[in-house]
Amino acid sequence: MTETNARVLIIRVVLPQHLRTLAQVGGEVALEVAAPVTVRRVLDALEARYPTLRGTMRDYGTGQRRPFLRFFACEEDLSHDSMDAELRRAVAEGKEPLLIIGAIAGG
Amino acid sequence: MSSVRVLVGTKKGAFVLSADGARKDWQVTGPFFAGWEIYHVKGSPVDPNRLYASQSSGWFGQIIQRSDDGGATWAPVGNKFAYEGVPGTHQWYDGTPHPWEFKRVWHLEPSLTDAETVFAGVEDAALFSSTDGGNNWQELAGLRGEGSGCSTLAPKWQPGGGGMCLHTILLDPGNADRMYIAISAAGAFRTDDGGANWKPINKGLVSNMTPDPDAEIGHCVHHVAMHRSRPDVLFMQKHWDVMRSDNAGDSWHEVSGNLPTDFGFAIDVHAHEPETLYVVPIKSDSEHFPPEGKLRVYRSRTGGNEWEGLTKGLPQKDCYVNVLRDAMAVDTLDECGVYFGTTGGQVYASPDAGESWAPIVRDLPAVLSVEVQTLA
Repeated sequence: MTETNARVLIIRVVLPQHLRTLAQVGGEVALEVAAPVTVRRVLDALEARYPTLRGTMRDYGTGQRRPFLRFFACEEDLSHDSMDAELRRAVAEGKEPLLIIGAIAGG
Repeated sequence: MSSVRVLVGTKKGAFVLSADGARKDWQVTGPFFAGWEIYHVKGSPVDPNRLYASQSSGWFGQIIQRSDDGGATWAPVGNKFAYEGVPGTHQWYDGTPHPWEFKRVWHLEPSLTDAETVFAGVEDAALFSSTDGGNNWQELAGLRGEGSGCSTLAPKWQPGGGGMCLHTILLDPGNADRMYIAISAAGAFRTDDGGANWKPINKGLVSNMTPDPDAEIGHCVHHVAMHRSRPDVLFMQKHWDVMRSDNAGDSWHEVSGNLPTDFGFAIDVHAHEPETLYVVPIKSDSEHFPPEGKLRVYRSRTGGNEWEGLTKGLPQKDCYVNVLRDAMAVDTLDECGVYFGTTGGQVYASPDAGESWAPIVRDLPAVLSVEVQTLA
């Protein structure tokens, strides 16, 4: 397990291309996230590191996932799970990334 | 020597087109924000290097970009557009109540006196302003009747075909407290106290095929234009009908005259001749292309009613593009330049007030907006 201290883990996140451009990052993003690792905590860390991403993944008002974004990890669709559900150990250990994917829509 | 900078928003990015005062040789830069819908780009009249752009996406929502160097570089600023209070409902297409939901910024109108102040017209219809260069946005909630006691009948507003968008913002150069806005399909509104209170200004508008054709609200206003020397005189391209008001919108009368069709989206006024107008007639609300496949700008030099078709340099056969509401602009050079963009990706320029036209570019993504800056 990759840890910077007892409770902070390094999480890998893959962003869709448009958000990579907006955040001015290349490939994967590595983020420090306090355990237990959840989608909400990952998004909080992502927005804290890259403030330009605020409002692009979840609605400002409701905090809900934007409808045309999906969350996946370990080949599982997490989009409809609670944002506070703990992510799998493989994600928390940095072995697998959290994938933020734009829904395929619009041709 | 003077020069012009044309700011173009398209379905897939923004472009900046630059030329000297002759307006013959153009430099094209972009795309900026490639792949995103750029509904509008506009420069500050106070500081022409200060530009604001509305960047949006159905996937990722709204971004506001700002440039402080005339479009060479850009940086995102604030993108939080929160309605004041409980947003409430408006009417949906079928007449049922529908929650007010922010979707995108259609139009950005920089202040006439302060480069840090800019107004934003959004969908679902509301007006926001920022006084810190776009970093923070506050709703002018009086328009929707929030907190002002002003009855603008907002729960009865309904969306037009493009959504319930606040697409037009006109600032009165002589009166900082007066502002006009227009919403599809609610109508036009005016404030005389800096945005605290608003009144519908739709008297004289007639929208046939609606249950109450001359209702106080419910008119699909497509665009409104004014000449800066006469802010009480307004020209409107309504869904159908070209209209004129000589009393700041208190009443309107039709000036469609001999137009081949009075449906259309864009309308603008010559920079130096307040009675010279331009429109681009579109066949109908179901056939969004020029009549007979001929792209014609119509000009009136009499403030309406008498119109002449301008065709030199424009395609006169097999042309089936549209010209959207914010896709026409004029420059302020001695010989007024007129510009418009099409859904086919062409941006046309006329350096001689409409007498002749030439494409600056032919193959951009569908053009959503065109603005022009005249630079010293």
